[in-house]
Amino acid sequence: MNTYAIRVIYKQEMMRAWETLLQSFASPVLSTSLYFVVFGSAIGSRIQHVEGVSYGSFIVPGLMMLALLTQSIANASFGIFFPKFTGAIYEVMSAPISFLEIILGYVGAAATKSFIIGLIILITASFFVPLHIAHPVWMVAFLVLTCISFSLFGFIIGLWADDFEKLQLIPLLVITPLVFLGGSFYSVSMLPPAWQTVTLFNPVVYLISGFRWSFFEVSDVSVAVSLSVVLVFLAACLLTVWWMFKTGYRLRQ
Amino acid sequence: MSQSSQTIVSISDLSKTYANGYQALKHVSLDIQRGEILALLGPNGAGKTTLISIICGIVNASSGTVTVGGHDIVSAYRITRGMIGLVPQELTLGAFDTVWNTLSFSRGLFGKKPNPAYIEALLKDLSLWDKKNSVLMALSGGMKRRVLIGKALSHEPTVLFLDEPTAGVDVELRKDMWALVRRLRESGVTIILTTHYIEEAEAIADRVGVINHGELLLVDDKLALMHKLGKRQMIIELETPLSAVPAELVAWGLELSEDGKELVYTYDPHKSNTGVNGLLQVINTAGLPVKDLRTTQTSLEEIFVSLVNKRS
Repeated sequence: MNTYAIRVIYKQEMMRAWETLLQSFASPVLSTSLYFVVFGSAIGSRIQHVEGVSYGSFIVPGLMMLALLTQSIANASFGIFFPKFTGAIYEVMSAPISFLEIILGYVGAAATKSFIIGLIILITASFFVPLHIAHPVWMVAFLVLTCISFSLFGFIIGLWADDFEKLQLIPLLVITPLVFLGGSFYSVSMLPPAWQTVTLFNPVVYLISGFRWSFFEVSDVSVAVSLSVVLVFLAACLLTVWWMFKTGYRLRQ
Repeated sequence: MSQSSQTIVSISDLSKTYANGYQALKHVSLDIQRGEILALLGPNGAGKTTLISIICGIVNASSGTVTVGGHDIVSAYRITRGMIGLVPQELTLGAFDTVWNTLSFSRGLFGKKPNPAYIEALLKDLSLWDKKNSVLMALSGGMKRRVLIGKALSHEPTVLFLDEPTAGVDVELRKDMWALVRRLRESGVTIILTTHYIEEAEAIADRVGVINHGELLLVDDKLALMHKLGKRQMIIELETPLSAVPAELVAWGLELSEDGKELVYTYDPHKSNTGVNGLLQVINTAGLPVKDLRTTQTSLEEIFVSLVNKRS
């Protein structure tokens, strides 16, 4: 294994985050804090408890997921798209490095950044609402799995996109609506029965549900199903990246 | 082509057709010898960059095989890519990295452990040492070109591909690059360069390959090529202008310049009888007053243009 290559890619990507500290970390923390102020404190104080949890606390896992998903995708897609855009990708393509090593470098760095953002948001949330994590190990497990799988998804978008518009297309038109409609701010059980069925086709519901269970032991679907959906998504992303590198799709054609 | 122990890169029946149907390479076969400088000449779109990109692993071949150091570039890509350094045609560099960091990144990417002493020596050799902490976007075009060479050499490759290394650089830097290429060859690096500049190939190459429309038209020793295809011209400058070639000189196939002041005789300098003596005698007998005489050798450029035009 070319461990030196993994190290330099990872280090370069992490350096990029430190060099743009405000954009990388402060910006998602600020926007999430605003959500807490508006939904948690202002509106949340007038809403009754949801499934036995105060509304302000109830939305914490959903807001963390919202930030994690968007940041994972943005970090990973930009990380690989920018060298493609400048042409500097030639160096990675001509290096003695496998697709797995490329993933470990780029996706590893993107997932690390998202994980750090997730933790910062969690700490920030604790200043606004009372927080109790019932299953901390599972919380970290969901956090890590989500960071990795959505960073992989972002990496696919970065490989696929050949202009900046396409880079923004899926995060804006697909991911953001799915997260907002995936139970970030409400419990699926609060919806009319017909919409509850429709919502179950949204994969983000399973993520948020499992993550919320790790905090409050309340969930819309069973934890096992949530975990399975995340793992299947992770496997699907890995297979897609493997296929892209094997065939050279958008890379070596 | 048979592959000898001196062959470092062997290309066999290589073809590439892009997804849009454009056939960039057509059954190219070529052996590159260890330690030589091979110049690939060809007009834009000839297939030079595609050929290099396939060998380096950037583009997949449609058919054919390539070995580097006896290893297949697909099945043993870790070995072959580790042996190769590539300087691309475009100035494809990140914007915010420093010179030192970008060379260190390249070295690590190719699986080599950090070696600050080597990077320092390389930067000094490329006259970039005083710019080691400069960010890439602050460098001039010539410096960026040298950084790209530094990146390509950072992992100590044995084969170096230079894709139009002196495109857009000034004469002084071009000569510096030629000197660098010669030094690299002396250190045992095999160099393959593509160029539009015939004078570049003429100045530094050992062998020259001509590629056009995806076909390798020929590969030969540079001097042998000029010997085989090169013609010499004798230019006879006259005291008084002529309106036509005199009748007694028509048999020599002379050309008269537009102003009528020069007669041009083209001959093969490698023939035992070049005809120069006989022509001078006839001119003398005819009583043509000659002001001056000079000869010129056909340049590689003229050979290249003639070859490309002939095949087109």
